[in-house]
Amino acid sequence: EKLRAASKGEVIEGEDLTPYRHVTGHNNFYEFGLAKEDPKAKAQGLKTDPWKVEVSGECSKPGSYNLEDLLKPHELEERIYRLRCVEAWSMVIPWVGVPLNKLISRLEPTGNAKFVEFTTLHDPSQMPGQKSFFSTLNWPYSEGLRMDEAMHPLTLMAVGVYGDALPPQNGAPFRLVVPWKYGFKSIKSIVSIRFTEQMPRATWNETAPSEYGFYANVNPQVDHPRWSQATERRLPSSLFNPNQIDTRMFNGYADQVAHLYQGMDLRKWY
Amino acid sequence: MVLSIAELHRSKVGRRSFWWLLFLLPLLPLAYIAEAAYSLDLGADPAQTIVTFFGIWTLRFLFLTLAVTPCRRLFGWGWLQRYRRMFGLYTLFYACLHLLSFATFILGWRADLIARELSERPYIIVGFIAWLGLVALGITSTRGWVRRLGRHWQQLHYLVYPIALLAMLHFAWLIRAGFGEVLGYALVLLVLLGHRVVYWLKRRSRVQHA
Repeated sequence: EKLRAASKGEVIEGEDLTPYRHVTGHNNFYEFGLAKEDPKAKAQGLKTDPWKVEVSGECSKPGSYNLEDLLKPHELEERIYRLRCVEAWSMVIPWVGVPLNKLISRLEPTGNAKFVEFTTLHDPSQMPGQKSFFSTLNWPYSEGLRMDEAMHPLTLMAVGVYGDALPPQNGAPFRLVVPWKYGFKSIKSIVSIRFTEQMPRATWNETAPSEYGFYANVNPQVDHPRWSQATERRLPSSLFNPNQIDTRMFNGYADQVAHLYQGMDLRKWY
Repeated sequence: MVLSIAELHRSKVGRRSFWWLLFLLPLLPLAYIAEAAYSLDLGADPAQTIVTFFGIWTLRFLFLTLAVTPCRRLFGWGWLQRYRRMFGLYTLFYACLHLLSFATFILGWRADLIARELSERPYIIVGFIAWLGLVALGITSTRGWVRRLGRHWQQLHYLVYPIALLAMLHFAWLIRAGFGEVLGYALVLLVLLGHRVVYWLKRRSRVQHA
């Protein structure tokens, strides 16, 4: 399904797009299995239409929205962003979506809304990974942003990639994209948006707090306990050119977002 | 006519052909991954795919090597003993491919990256120590070394047990969200090592009662 984006994404100079087949064939979406090729193989039956999004918490427009109604008033934009996985690989991806701040403004959060919590669909009949006895994650997957992060103009709610509707393995029909944070923050197949006063739970942070922080900002100076974050492999890499590049602070978006974390100890708030 | 493997080993031709069979079969995984790499069939992250592939096969050959003694004792497969060294050397072979492909395809032989991996990553350090152990066992696997080391040879080669445990730890340390696969391998190792503990305990009690 072709999407009509009102604006073209700005090309990142000197950084090639990761080809569509790799963007849609190399995914971490544990609801569909642990291997990178599992989501593509197992997610094709995901029913994404109709799709409801539950809006709740500290806002004046709570309710159960049809995804089309939530998106309808807004123009779609293309955004070309780096995606940096916490496993130390990265891609460059042309997303299509709506800036989250536009959606949030319409939902009219109250003064008590300090955070936004997102939740992925929980449906073991469609998501075999949620049935796994050996999983260390608690379903449903959930993630959160501080309000100023959610309102930042870079933060996108994506509905498409490469000009087409999102395929299920990439988080169809509606996912978050926060380009300066590790990929796991960019939660997929969202069914709930909740405005909260307290910091919400975040699945990876809850599973292994010493490895995954709530903020999860890309930071080459703060290593994951089991591997270095100083470099990354830009995919696709070829065998005799591993494509190891230096990881940049806030994934190269420091000019736009560093001010959000002024005065915070990023070793503590990783 | 059904010919058992034990009978096959009574003739020289039988022994020869079986040796060739068991020498060539372990090369199949290498042929498989080489073919996949050649036809560019390894996805977006071929380096990771290859390194993981060699790592898993190292563990499988290590388990195969460790299975020789229990199989001999439990099923009376005396003929299997003569292939134990070959299985052990294939373990080392795949471990070397695992390490080489990591250094080449993932680290690109960048000295700074290698130094960091070897000094800071516990799972890499543990895997590297296990590899060093395998090298020591591989070098001393020749007839000459068996003779030279005498009774110390067996003592040295008991190192295979800590090596197996380190390799398992190296694998388990990579768990992110699911422990099913690692648990499967750990259970196999538990059986392989558990058999030895049980055997040793039984023998000790027999000696004490004699």
